[in-house]
Amino acid sequence: MVELIAERFAYGVIIILMMTGLYAVVASANLVKRMVGLGLFQTSVFLLYITISKVLGGAPPILEYPFPATPDETVYSNPLPHVLILTAIVVGVATLAVGLALVVRIREAYGTIEDGAINEADYALDTERAGR
Amino acid sequence: MNPHMVLRVVSKLLIPIIIVFGLYVHFHGDYSPGGGFQAGVLVAVGVMLYALIYGVEEARRAVPPWTVRAGAALGVLVFAGVGVASWILGGNYLEYEVLHPDTAYKAGQHLGIILVEIGVLLTVFSVILAIFYAFAGRAPDIPDEEW
Amino acid sequence: MIDMIVTDPTLLIEYTLMAMLLAVGVAIVRLRDLFAVVMLLGVYSLLSAAWFVSLDALDVGFTEAAVGAGISTLLLLAAMLLTARSAEPVSAIRHWSAFAVALAGGAALFYAIGDMPAFGDPDAPANAYVGLQYLERTQADIGVPNVVTAVLASYRGFDTLGEVVVIFAAGLGVMLLLGMGGRKPRKDGEGEE
Repeated sequence: MVELIAERFAYGVIIILMMTGLYAVVASANLVKRMVGLGLFQTSVFLLYITISKVLGGAPPILEYPFPATPDETVYSNPLPHVLILTAIVVGVATLAVGLALVVRIREAYGTIEDGAINEADYALDTERAGR
Repeated sequence: MNPHMVLRVVSKLLIPIIIVFGLYVHFHGDYSPGGGFQAGVLVAVGVMLYALIYGVEEARRAVPPWTVRAGAALGVLVFAGVGVASWILGGNYLEYEVLHPDTAYKAGQHLGIILVEIGVLLTVFSVILAIFYAFAGRAPDIPDEEW
Repeated sequence: MIDMIVTDPTLLIEYTLMAMLLAVGVAIVRLRDLFAVVMLLGVYSLLSAAWFVSLDALDVGFTEAAVGAGISTLLLLAAMLLTARSAEPVSAIRHWSAFAVALAGGAALFYAIGDMPAFGDPDAPANAYVGLQYLERTQADIGVPNVVTAVLASYRGFDTLGEVVVIFAAGLGVMLLLGMGGRKPRKDGEGEE
């Protein structure tokens, strides 16, 4: 049991970090802080992927160059998750920008970025329309 | 006396180095960590630093918004165009071997990877800069007293 | 765990990074000053970039340091300048319900942790099949020493084309929402375009 936990210690820490991000997403009424929570969650998921790809005693997946004539006996870490996460990071910042652009437009339309106040403004608008 | 004198002089020295480093990361991406994604971000950061020091208007004169719009589309076109080129030359979509007859040194693969990464570089650079222009165009200028 | 540290002292760096990440994460959640929150997210990204490098993912660490710690922080700062400087306090019921959601999700994930391969296991299913194939074949197929570049641009080139289109579409979305800023912004920052 102790060995099982010790071997998976890093995953436990990353799960706590992921849940910190999830808490920030659910609990924040402020939309900018909610985007920050999403970023926190996202970075923690990247960490989870990369910890899985690590091979103990391994080298970064960059082969010796010029290529040796004899077969390479070095142990390398798994390159596939690196590729997936590398593109995900850049896509992540692009989607973050779209989210923030929406937040800026919401601020311009409502004058606030607290979701309670936005709901109240929507509710007031709806009742006004219904009463007319 | 301009209060940003040190920033201006240092950034004038740094911006070319940042952009050259970005291009090095791009063209050396086959042999060391790097590639189109990182290079695009680094080159965009060079322009952003210029915008932060000299003002967004100056940056807009150096890299006009229409080039940014065109660059984003052109990058995707270059990437997809490499695929179409390998189609026309008789290979599968994005099969780089057919791009160059020299198979002993994998010249086709090297050529294909560099061309595709140029597409990635153009799109990432342009999109990051477009996003920056979009946000910076709305933000009020920070007055000198707040520095 | 002690004998693991004795055999591999670099683990100490990783444990330090983990402790710093936890402290920064909790601080981000607790603070209400948005400027501090955004800056701490940049710190969080830089710390995770350091961890990526120690986990042999050099390309990923490079990208995270440039994009996560640089561009994201700048964008969040710009958005913060355009919206609000600090967040309102949240109600107790919201705090505790969010806490319950995070606790339930965390408990489910911790329950599943026993099925994960051990950290750094070379025989783990994720590391044994396709990743190993890429490492073995890159020299003969592509002739490029950086396997990450080979997989990114050649083996999975079509995948990367999709990613580039996603980035293009996201840039298009931002341009449509905010414009390129050619016109002067309104002084009051309210109302229609």
